[in-house]
Amino acid sequence: MLIDNKKGDSMKLYEYQAKQVFSSYGIKIPNGRVAFSPEDVDEVAKEIGSQEVVLKSQVLVGGRGKAGGIVMANAGDSASKSRELFGKDIKGFKVERILVEERLDIAKEMYVGITLDREKKGIVILVSSVGGMDIEEIAAKYPDKIGKKTVNPVWSLWDYQVRELLYEAGIPKEHFRDVFAIIKKLYNIFIRYEAELTEINPLVITSDGKLYAADGRLNIDDNALYRQKEMAELRELTGSELERAAESKGINYVKLDGNIGVIANGAGMSMATMDLIYLEGGKPANFLDIGGGASSDLVKASMELIIKDPNVKVVFVNIFGGITRCDLVAEGLVKAFSEIEMDIPVVLRLAGTNEEEGRRIIENYMEKNPNKLFLVKTMEEGAKKAVELGGV
Amino acid sequence: MAIIADENTKVIVQGITGYQGSFHTERMLKYGTKIVAGVTPGKAGTEVHGVPVYNTVKQAVNETGANASVIFVPPAFAADAVFEAVDAGIEVVVCITEGIPVHDELKMYWRAKQDDVILIGPNCPGVISPGKSHLGIMPADIFKEGNVGIVSRSGTLTYQIAYNISNLGLGQSTVVGIGGDRIIGSDFIDILRMYEKDDQTEIVVLVGEIGGIDEENAAEFISTEMSKPVVGYIAGITAPPGKRMGHAGAIIEGGKGTAESKIKALEKAGVEVGKTPMEVAEIVRAKLGQS
Repeated sequence: MLIDNKKGDSMKLYEYQAKQVFSSYGIKIPNGRVAFSPEDVDEVAKEIGSQEVVLKSQVLVGGRGKAGGIVMANAGDSASKSRELFGKDIKGFKVERILVEERLDIAKEMYVGITLDREKKGIVILVSSVGGMDIEEIAAKYPDKIGKKTVNPVWSLWDYQVRELLYEAGIPKEHFRDVFAIIKKLYNIFIRYEAELTEINPLVITSDGKLYAADGRLNIDDNALYRQKEMAELRELTGSELERAAESKGINYVKLDGNIGVIANGAGMSMATMDLIYLEGGKPANFLDIGGGASSDLVKASMELIIKDPNVKVVFVNIFGGITRCDLVAEGLVKAFSEIEMDIPVVLRLAGTNEEEGRRIIENYMEKNPNKLFLVKTMEEGAKKAVELGGV
Repeated sequence: MAIIADENTKVIVQGITGYQGSFHTERMLKYGTKIVAGVTPGKAGTEVHGVPVYNTVKQAVNETGANASVIFVPPAFAADAVFEAVDAGIEVVVCITEGIPVHDELKMYWRAKQDDVILIGPNCPGVISPGKSHLGIMPADIFKEGNVGIVSRSGTLTYQIAYNISNLGLGQSTVVGIGGDRIIGSDFIDILRMYEKDDQTEIVVLVGEIGGIDEENAAEFISTEMSKPVVGYIAGITAPPGKRMGHAGAIIEGGKGTAESKIKALEKAGVEVGKTPMEVAEIVRAKLGQS
């Protein structure tokens, strides 16, 4: 099933950007464009010339309609209505741009989506003659109105597969030709821009029988941005302030709502550390992976980042040195302690490559600065100590 | 016996003249891995740590009879390196590279599949058969020769569990890091199937994490096709939905891929799942003691 990819890490295009791509492939989109100020909105509304317009907040988060991010207006009051929308907080995202569009005369809503199929190592296409709600909801309520097909990316998409999708989804006969063309185009977009997900929802049929991409999503694989240059130019950092700061430093950080800060090396190890804290009755404040072969500066930067979270009462640094050297981690921590003002305790577990040197560096530091640091032998012991110090 | 790599495996390193390639070639050589050649286009005739370098994989295979490759080339060229290795008749391709575009990964998967090549990774720590051969970037010293097979989506966590197992006086037959990306060459079932057939392996540890349904599929396979005991560990009980936890593949999406669902599936298949890495090692010891 397609995912409401609200907070993933692929590069998400705004609705208006995705629609521009759709339009360049000949998929019809409603008349309109993006505006950055109420005056701008007024101008676009006049350009459109229709009586009624829709003001759609451009935020990279799902469920904006229910959160009040979509407003109906007419040519006369669009500027004033947009004033209430600009600057508004939609699920943690501030509205800075509004897509102004003609209001479609909707007869029917349908759905088309394409994403990766991890299990079958392919590209899965989903089509439904019902739309306007999440694909999960469509699947639950109208399981007989969905067509689903995994395409082998080497053989590509063939016409019979599209035909099967149309029959399975119960697409009305008179729209076969149009929906067929849209699926083909969307597949080409998915391949051309190395997407992880693209979706037209709803795919609207107007009362005069025309098909429009009324809303659209296009998420591009981060790893492909070096060769998807036009997409890379649209890139903006998303996520919370701390997450953006981490991303710009190359640190893998996800904020959580507990009070025990975590620094570990490796994604699996970082998750295991969080889990251990939980098993001991505590709550992790974050996921943070310094990766393999971290420098002492990266370790220091990670510590700085974590303690910016006001909830953090203790930090558990859990390192198993493979490529990462324990002595460099120890140096980074000593640097952090000497240069950053921090009065919260730190629990440290160092094992693996250059463990002895690392422990020596830490023990030397502790002789002069007691009570701040707790050196433990195992990660299980470390989690217990961190929970004890952090309280629950 | 071990799986995938042993003392007879003849290895080439693609990207041997790069920083990572050269650094890890030295470590693998020191461990005793039979590295017979390196490949970097335009660098034929040179040597890296005494290993001769060739321009193409085909030349390297013709000259040395190599049957395995470890790939260290940057993400933009990694898929090309995998295709080149498969085309030259290499049987085992271990792709260490992180950050490969997912559309390339799809093609790599199907290319390897077409010629029945074992592709491990990408974005993985590699394969080690302790005392025999090491194809990858693992801290080799923590492993000991033994009869525990380990298969894992995570690097460091694998080292931690192997280290705990070694400290209990046990050892490993082969340790395989299958990689943290969404599209990988070999999944849990591919590796479990090999352990089931391997004489040296008596018990298998499966280290999974949130995201996808590979662990659930593995559970199904274990209950129907495996006679050897399997011990599990799943990371990410506390991971929130919708957030990628470091690995591209580690994400709970649309209510799927949770740690709970994986643990439940494994337990239903008769797999004892440890709550901590230490507990996993202890379960392994207890189970080996019984048999």
